[in-house]
Amino acid sequence: MSTTTTPAIELRSVGKTFRVAGGVLGKDRRVVAVDGVSFAVPPGGVLGVVGESGCGKSTLARLILGLLEPDSGDIAVEGQRIVDMDRKARARLIQPVFQDPFSSLNPLTRIRDIVAMPLQAQGTFSRAEIARRVDEMLSRVGLPGEMGNRLPAELSGGQRQRVAIARALVLRPRIVVCDEPTSALDVSVQAQILNLLAELRRDLGLTYLFISHNLAVVEHVASEVAVMYLGRIVEKKPTQALFHDPEHPYTKALLASVLTPEPGLGVPDVGLGDVMPDPANIPPGCRFHPRCPIAEPRCATETPPLRPRPGGGVECLLVP
Amino acid sequence: MSALLEVEKLEVGFGGNTSAVRGASLTVERGETHCLVGESGCGKSVTALAVMNLLARGGHRTAQRLSFQGEDLLKLDDRGMARLRGNAMAMIFQEPMTSLNPAYTIGSQMTEVMRRHKKVSQRIAIDRAADLLGRVGITAPGLRLGQFPHQLSGGLRQRVMIAMALMCEPQLLIADEPTTALDVTVQAQILRLLAQLQRDLGLGLLLITHDLGIVARVAHRVSVMYAGEVVESAATAQLFADPRHPYTQGLLRCVPVPGKQRQDEPLGSIPGTVPRIGPGFEGCGFRDRCSFADATCARSVPHQVAAPGHDYLCRLAP
Repeated sequence: MSTTTTPAIELRSVGKTFRVAGGVLGKDRRVVAVDGVSFAVPPGGVLGVVGESGCGKSTLARLILGLLEPDSGDIAVEGQRIVDMDRKARARLIQPVFQDPFSSLNPLTRIRDIVAMPLQAQGTFSRAEIARRVDEMLSRVGLPGEMGNRLPAELSGGQRQRVAIARALVLRPRIVVCDEPTSALDVSVQAQILNLLAELRRDLGLTYLFISHNLAVVEHVASEVAVMYLGRIVEKKPTQALFHDPEHPYTKALLASVLTPEPGLGVPDVGLGDVMPDPANIPPGCRFHPRCPIAEPRCATETPPLRPRPGGGVECLLVP
Repeated sequence: MSALLEVEKLEVGFGGNTSAVRGASLTVERGETHCLVGESGCGKSVTALAVMNLLARGGHRTAQRLSFQGEDLLKLDDRGMARLRGNAMAMIFQEPMTSLNPAYTIGSQMTEVMRRHKKVSQRIAIDRAADLLGRVGITAPGLRLGQFPHQLSGGLRQRVMIAMALMCEPQLLIADEPTTALDVTVQAQILRLLAQLQRDLGLGLLLITHDLGIVARVAHRVSVMYAGEVVESAATAQLFADPRHPYTQGLLRCVPVPGKQRQDEPLGSIPGTVPRIGPGFEGCGFRDRCSFADATCARSVPHQVAAPGHDYLCRLAP
């Protein structure tokens, strides 16, 4: 990335911690969701974010969308601090597509009105303009116009996700945050939606933050990949480099656990043991050490430094 | 000796205008992992529930043959079925949180099934439960037995479900999407465990999944379901090397494989969605989405054999 272009998304040491009430007798617990995360996504890029449930991926998405305020650090979208922008300006710049098209669409609202809502909320578009844009967007995402008069329950999962995409794009934002956009879909429909997202990005010059637990999907769509573990990005690289030369033991384990459709290979032993990561109880030293197959004693006490790599870096004491 | 589970021409309806299962046939041998694969709504889960006679109210099953170890399941009354269920044939469901009772400890849920079927003492049942928790890779089984489901992670709960299903030493284990709700790392661990238990105990495992990656890695045999029918069935290596049904071919093209595809190339996809098919439907259920369909596909679908043990339902020549 040249130094003159403003990144589409830029995070500097962003942190977010939640307090969870401990019940009658329990103490309040501090859940560290995002911890010291920094990265920049160039305009037109696709940053894939992968990690297990509870690693902070979705909190990261909500921070970037301005739905949550960070405790520390700065988030800028196209050079503007997201917390300084008003809601309408933010909506024109950045939009979400969420995982579950069954719960992210109001079941009592017609498709046409769901897609029109971001335009209406701006308060600056005429009725005719709204109708025109909604029609254009529905056809852009491959939905026949008559579907606009239906309710979400009358649509299939893939069609609903197309509606969610149409709603996200109707204001012509520059950036789309996709949080597991195909996880609730069948594989044949997933392929349709991924192809649609790729086509829209190319045609409209969009930047994506693409969150998924499916590494094969991320490899297909992302230009760079960040691997999250307990709130931190432990490895980030251009997609090719990450998939061909993973360095962090956690990245390696994630890649090893992808079951490609190749018969005869069996199920790999990912070697992670059965200790589950708990964001309310972050281990000292390297936070991955209790599950790490190659951990040494010092991993339990020393904080791993960031080893820079082209397009990112890796945080592990044991890589040179 | 008869096969462990034989299903021939199974039909399931729920009284409406849709047939959930339309003449599906499959056989699970002893010591075999048989994967039933297909998209949501294709009838995979309903097939499993029909075998266990656990269909929702209003569900009706008929079949030319439905037998377990040679015993005709269609002739069994509720008591006869209850004698087998959880005992010689057990089932694991997708969501371990909703299939475990939140109000009872792991220990009391695990021992209940064994005390009921095997009439053993609580002491013996607890020992077996602890032993099985250890076998499914749970450390400190004694502690877990006294805990409630909400105190366990998703991966641990699914291990508990597997251990519970094994309490009465079943011959047949039906697992319906057992890892779909889990992280990929935990999924790999659970599938490894299932494959290992299947080998060690000589179980017949009917594994229902929508994930072709899982199929490739654990199945001995695969049946592909579409719109209530088994449209293709073959040994795993054979199916992946030489898929014959256009639906199977389409499914395989949809799967992104790390390191195997170009970035800007669109993924293969199957246009359209699964149709709702009612009773009396003629011809091929896939014809509206199939690029090879012609007029004959609306009338009949031949059953063809590509190789010994490799059957498919399509007019296309073997």
